[in-house]
Amino acid sequence: MTDPVAYVIAILALLLAAFAGWHMVRDREFSNPLFYAVCVLEIVLVALLVGGSVALGSTSRDVDGVLFISYLVTMVVIPPAAVLWGIAEKSRWGTGVVVVAMLTIAALSVRLLGIWKGTYV
Amino acid sequence: MSDQPVPDAGDTSHGFGRALVAVYAVFALAASARSIVQLFTELDSETVVPYVLSAFAGVVYVIATYALARSHRRLAAVTIGIELVGVITVGVLSLADAGLFPDQTVWSDFGRGYGFIPLVLPFVGLWWLRRTSSSAT
Repeated sequence: MTDPVAYVIAILALLLAAFAGWHMVRDREFSNPLFYAVCVLEIVLVALLVGGSVALGSTSRDVDGVLFISYLVTMVVIPPAAVLWGIAEKSRWGTGVVVVAMLTIAALSVRLLGIWKGTYV
Repeated sequence: MSDQPVPDAGDTSHGFGRALVAVYAVFALAASARSIVQLFTELDSETVVPYVLSAFAGVVYVIATYALARSHRRLAAVTIGIELVGVITVGVLSLADAGLFPDQTVWSDFGRGYGFIPLVLPFVGLWWLRRTSSSAT
């Protein structure tokens, strides 16, 4: 768990938020490219959950383990939940849900880094 | 839930409401998960007030999310009202006397730790309830 990992994920999520936001503003339906992009992020987040858990087990840092793992799990759960909740909505706000979810992922990613470094309680 | 959905009640879970429910769900999760961690790992006599408040805020967000998602308008109005009173009361108290809340809650300093979204959210929620009720008639 390092700065680049957290920031790359945050930037990826922000790019996806912008992409979903473009759908929302243009009143586009939930498109396949958006769906696949969310899938890619989801794979990255699952990798983060695995990598983060391994790193937690081997680190000598004083990390709040329960909090750290709960953040990792939450980040994995959010994208599928957002897609399920958003895809059923046929108005522009269906992709609006994805915007909300991606901004949340970005915020969680930055906070996750804080938990790892022990700067966020 | 004692709240019965009225047959012709305005729908609060579609259109913009879809995204609003998503935001509420995030805060329901953030507030309740935070309070669970706090209550189980850090509770002592000094921190009872903020942690119990966090738990209360979590419950309010969970019920508001449910009410908006299922179009229980009255339940939504009550919980969003509690949320509005809560964020303003706790916001004022936390600024007036920082010692009162030794640890953060979602509502401390008007929700500053969460980008002030907790302060804006109840207004948006009430606006949405009003908006959907006028379009339903």
